[in-house]
Amino acid sequence: MGTTQPNATTPAGPPRGCPASDFRFLVDLIEPGSRVLDLGCGDGDLLAELIRRKQVHAEGVELSEACIQACVAQGLTNIHHGDLDEGLGDRADQSVDYVLLTNTLQVLHRPRPLLEEMARVGKQCVITLPNFAHWSARLQLGLLGRMPKNRRLPYEWYDTPNIHLTTLADFRDLGARAGLLIRREIPLRTGPDGQARRVRFLPNLRAEAVIFVLEKARR
Amino acid sequence: MDKTATFPADSVGLVTTQFYTFAEPPQELALALESGRSLGPITLAYETYGQLNEARDNAVLVLHALSGDAHVAGYHTPEDRAPGWWDVLIGPGKALDTNRYFVICSNVIGGCQGSTGPGSINPATGEPYGLTFPVVTIRDMVNAQRALVDYLGIEVLYAVVGGSMGGMQVLEWAISYPERVRLALPLATTARLSPQAIAFDEVGRQAIMADPDWRGGNYYGRTLPVQGLSIARMIGHITYLSDASMHQKFGRRLQDKAEYGYDFVTDFQVESYLRHQGGSFVKRFDANSYLYISKAMDYFDPAREAGSLAAAFAPARAKFLVVSFSSDWLFPPYQSREIVKALRRNDREVVYTEIASDYGHDAFLLEAEQLGRLVSGFLASGDTGD
Repeated sequence: MGTTQPNATTPAGPPRGCPASDFRFLVDLIEPGSRVLDLGCGDGDLLAELIRRKQVHAEGVELSEACIQACVAQGLTNIHHGDLDEGLGDRADQSVDYVLLTNTLQVLHRPRPLLEEMARVGKQCVITLPNFAHWSARLQLGLLGRMPKNRRLPYEWYDTPNIHLTTLADFRDLGARAGLLIRREIPLRTGPDGQARRVRFLPNLRAEAVIFVLEKARR
Repeated sequence: MDKTATFPADSVGLVTTQFYTFAEPPQELALALESGRSLGPITLAYETYGQLNEARDNAVLVLHALSGDAHVAGYHTPEDRAPGWWDVLIGPGKALDTNRYFVICSNVIGGCQGSTGPGSINPATGEPYGLTFPVVTIRDMVNAQRALVDYLGIEVLYAVVGGSMGGMQVLEWAISYPERVRLALPLATTARLSPQAIAFDEVGRQAIMADPDWRGGNYYGRTLPVQGLSIARMIGHITYLSDASMHQKFGRRLQDKAEYGYDFVTDFQVESYLRHQGGSFVKRFDANSYLYISKAMDYFDPAREAGSLAAAFAPARAKFLVVSFSSDWLFPPYQSREIVKALRRNDREVVYTEIASDYGHDAFLLEAEQLGRLVSGFLASGDTGD
């Protein structure tokens, strides 16, 4: 077990959760022993890592049956089949410490309502996004007149699950509109060794992806 | 147990049904039933596969659906054409791996496959119970199974697993005996039947009771109410399939003819299928048992007593794997999601999956590959059973 075959119900090439190269930044954000809800948890690798390293109380939501089988195969026992576009339903306000949404926001039909739901349910929201304003994307679109493709945006335009791409700067705006405070912002690029590195200078141009930590603004 | 080469390598091989009798007055108390009545003596027919380990903590109790029985895997004779009803999931190396787990399955009380039911002889009268048999509930079935589990010397069940009515028993086990269940796997089930499902059950019962051979339930030793029972089974089978699976299985194809017959003999394949199912069912099933067991399903509603389903699950301690099937309109996925929601309210660990399938309610017997992967993975997540 542990490997899964794509099946007919899995949408074409979904991003299976978060690239492993981002894990160390995400793991560092999480307090030991906390409650974590991972939305779009994929094969459950991030949750398994958080259980190993931070002994979290882990819960995942996933749309793909094959991914849920993979989660179960690696011993995760708190995984729910669900469509994030339908919201977080009956979950109580502020009932988990962290709601994670890694590499998933861009595939949702209605990202904003989910953001608001995340802030309702979680004390903190951790969101990772590919940055469409990365220089390579700008070059491809601006100079070559081509739809961008790179490590974080690997899909052909006609066969991509990504329907709501955004940039670091644009996401900041949405956060503010949705009543969320950005607590931390970790722009990432990929180093020559394939590991993610933090970008300190000109992040909207140089980051391939961004981790945001948000929480509900107090009124 | 003799494993001859004629059986597949992943089969439990030749098996025999065993019997356990308890609640035998006057030495023992009769089993108190939810209705206020009591029943005793009680015989349970059961089968076991695999070995109970030294710690006695690797037992998996399988719970059957309306028409099931204790014979869940393997073969009774080398000539058997078909193995037990869930053989796809049970055997060496299968999802319920009999090299690791000690698998038990018993026929429910009220049944007719070796356990005490309306067709059994009432020792007080020397006659079959018929309708004097007390109405039993899902909880009564579970209480009887508990006596068997005690008798087998098992304090904690590693897992309880069942589909449809078997899933209701899983829920009842987790609620009634929380300290005795580690993993609970309710599949294709519900915490209460919808009025639509009760309606189908009632039509089935009315078909049986309208059969002149039923005679108020006193037909034993006479002509059996085969017409009524057969119609009940045909109705049942409609609810176990789906629109899509009927299209695939039968379409509008005709049975053994090229043209319409312009009569009321079988024209369509779907008619032939239902008649065959009805006709073969009456050879192995007792009409009164159909009444009792379908009624037990109708009554099942743990939320009714507790006030809410979340309150009903408050005592539960097990980890759950809840599985529904997309085209199951008898116990639709929303009913499984209600179970999951109520469990989550109680902070229970739950894996929930809706398996995409066209097989309707029957999917829990047919989607062996998808279900098997989930079940084996989930069973492996427990901390014993090695």
